[in-house]
Formats: sequence, structure tokens, C-alpha cells
Amino acid sequence: MELSNEIIEILPQVFEGFKVTIEIFLITLVLSLPLGVVVALIRISKFKPLKEISKIYILIFRGTPLLLQILFIFFGLPLFNITLDRFPAAILAMVLNYAAYFGEIFRAGILSIDKGQFEGAEVLGLSKKDTFFRVILPQALKRIFPPVSNEIVTLVKDTSLVYVVGLDELLKIAKIASNRISSIMPFVVVGIVYLIFNGIISKILDYFEGKFNYYS
Amino acid sequence: MLKVTELKKKFGDKEVLKNVTLEIKQGEIVIIVGPSGSGKTTLLRCINALDYCDEGSIEINSKFLCEKGIYKKKQELKEIRKDIGLVFQNFNLFPHMSVIENLIEAPKRVLNLPDKEARENSKEILRFLDIEDKINSYPCELSGGQKQRVAIGRALALNPKLMCFDEPTSALDPALTGEVAKLIKSLSQKGMTMLIITHDMSFAEEVADKIYSMENGKLTEGNAFL
Repeated sequence: MELSNEIIEILPQVFEGFKVTIEIFLITLVLSLPLGVVVALIRISKFKPLKEISKIYILIFRGTPLLLQILFIFFGLPLFNITLDRFPAAILAMVLNYAAYFGEIFRAGILSIDKGQFEGAEVLGLSKKDTFFRVILPQALKRIFPPVSNEIVTLVKDTSLVYVVGLDELLKIAKIASNRISSIMPFVVVGIVYLIFNGIISKILDYFEGKFNYYS
Repeated sequence: MLKVTELKKKFGDKEVLKNVTLEIKQGEIVIIVGPSGSGKTTLLRCINALDYCDEGSIEINSKFLCEKGIYKKKQELKEIRKDIGLVFQNFNLFPHMSVIENLIEAPKRVLNLPDKEARENSKEILRFLDIEDKINSYPCELSGGQKQRVAIGRALALNPKLMCFDEPTSALDPALTGEVAKLIKSLSQKGMTMLIITHDMSFAEEVADKIYSMENGKLTEGNAFL
């Protein structure tokens, strides 16, 4: 009885934390997906300097822990006279990190499209822009949907890392509650929240993946 | 209609086109035969600006696509290209678009036709090609012969003056080869000029007004493989 009271008592805080988690998740997703396309295009482009920069960018953001990147952007950048608030700092780190991964996935998707599709578009006189957005990208999206889904599910869990800069997301709420009532119960509760949320996300992703099944 | 003069192309050290000269008059069906690796596909790709030749000129409808080894710049190239249609050996249809969407894409985006007009034109082409019933199908749902007709339709939708075919019979069973032959003849009767590449001799003999032979990058008039 006391246990269920404890749970009910922390639910409002959990709800507040969940709102922050969702906010970080959605903003990161909406910004990093298009940025990923840009990264992929630069990485494929024939313009050497930009291409090299994109390689270094990907190396850094895939090669170091996301936690470290969040810490660096929030605590490290002020040393270079760039000061960001907690929330934008966390978002910036998350977006840059995820765009690096999405960029590599998109690149693989674009390169997997048969050369004949580019040539088919070329002899029809389609512009480069139309060729990419009308012919190549839609086909690439179908192929990369499973790995992108994977990243999206991981992103939900990675939002918990922003606790290091003091944002009140789910995990931090659980930690505070756990300390206060000396119980592990709050962790179980937020664990279930993450699980349910990712369950819903997976369903939504399945639905969109099915949308691509009209052709093979 | 098409005038190719002293075309040369090398891949590394290998000369794939050696001084190729070819002229096609309007409404003529010209077929180039030759074994694989003889350079005939390279010639077709140079004429469609998918590959660039090293030397020589290509003139289409009295406009230079390539003059003395130098291809026209982007915008001009695009203009001249409107006069050429190409049907690829493996069709290269857009798999994520339905048959009608494959046909209307270029008229809408390149010629800026309104959707309704593009659709009407495309329906008429599909009627002419006798695949009107497949209008909303996707390429993966079509047979080889049907895919080819859609590919022909997609090229026709831009109303080219010169149509190029790369191995049009390679994906077809013998019964369908006759159908394609009939189709190509009826297009030429409408005044369209045809350049076809094949190693199918009987098809070539049946359809061609003129046959050229390609061997080791050299083009000669007549069928050298008979």
C-alpha cells in the first residue's frame, strides 16, 4: 500500500520529466534528420575541402561519447567565450551527434541506388535537384528506414544523458525521487515510461515503414 | 537529323571508338549491330551525353551537342537533349512511381506542363502502346515487355525527334520481339528517327532501313556479320 502511494506521489514529477524528455527527443529528431541529409550530400560531393571537413566532423562526433560532447558544449565552450544555456547546449550536442550518424546512414542509402536511376533522370532532362528529391531520396528512404528507426529508438534513450547539465528530464527526476524516498522504485517507474514510449515509437515507425511497401 | 563526325573515345589506353562517322535522316531507322565490347553502347552513350567523347562532333537536329570534342554547357545541353529520347537496356524506370507518374514526371518538371495536360498526353501515349490498363501499376508489377513499353512511353512523353534504343530485344522472349519491331516501325512512320543498338540479327534485318556494323570501335556500313 505504501509502495503504490509512493508511486502515485512521484507521478506528477515523472510527467514533468517526461515532457522534457519528449521535447529533447522531438527537437533533436526534427533538426538532425535534415542536417543528416546535408551531411550525406557534402560527404558525397566532389568539393574536396567541404568533404574533408565533413569527414572530420563525423570522426569527432561518432568517435567520442555523446555524454562528453554534451559536457564539452555546455562547460567547455564558455572557455572560448561561447556560452549556451543548458537546454540549447544539450540540443546542440544531441543534434550534431545524431546528424553525424544519420549522415552516414543517408550516404549509404544514396550510394546504394543504382547508377541507372541517375542516368534515367539525366536523359529525361531532370535537374539535379529534382533528380535527388524526386528520384533518389524517396528510394533511399525506403532502404534506410530500418537503420534510421534503430537510431530513433536509441535517441529516446540517449535523451537521458542531458541530466549531466542539470536538465530535469525523466532520469534526473527518478534520481532525485530515489534519493528522497530511499527507494529504487522511481527508477522502475521511469524505466517503464521509457519502455512504453519506445513501444509507441516503434509502432509509429512500423506504420511508416509499411507505407514504403507499395513497391519493391 | 543526327550527324556524328569522326568520333573518338578512349577508356585509358583502349580506343573504344575509332573515327566513327554516322548520319541518320529524319524518319530513318538505323540499326548498329556488333558483338558486345565492340563500342556500340559507348557510341550511344556519347550521343546521349552520358559519356563524353574525346574528339569529334555530334549534331542533332542541326544543333551541335558536341563540337570537336567539346560538349555544350549545362543549359544548352539540356535544350538539345530534349530532342533525344533513350530507352535503356534495363529500362531504368522509377520503381517508386506508378506507370503514369513515370511518364508525367519529365513533362511536368522539364517542360513545365500542367498536371492535367501531362496526364492527358501520357494517357494517349499509353493507349498507343496498348498498356492503358497498367496506368496505375508499379514497375515491379509489370512483365519485361510491359516495362519496356513504359520505358518507351516515358521517352515519348517528351516528344523527342530522335529515339535511341539500347538492346531493345534483350529482355524479351521471341514472340514479343515481333511486337517491338512493329511498334518501332509505326513510330518511324510518324516521322520519328530511330537509332537502335542490338546484336539480334533477325530483328535488325526486319526493322532497319539501314544497318551498320561495329567491330573493335570501327563503324562500317552494311551487315558485316551475315
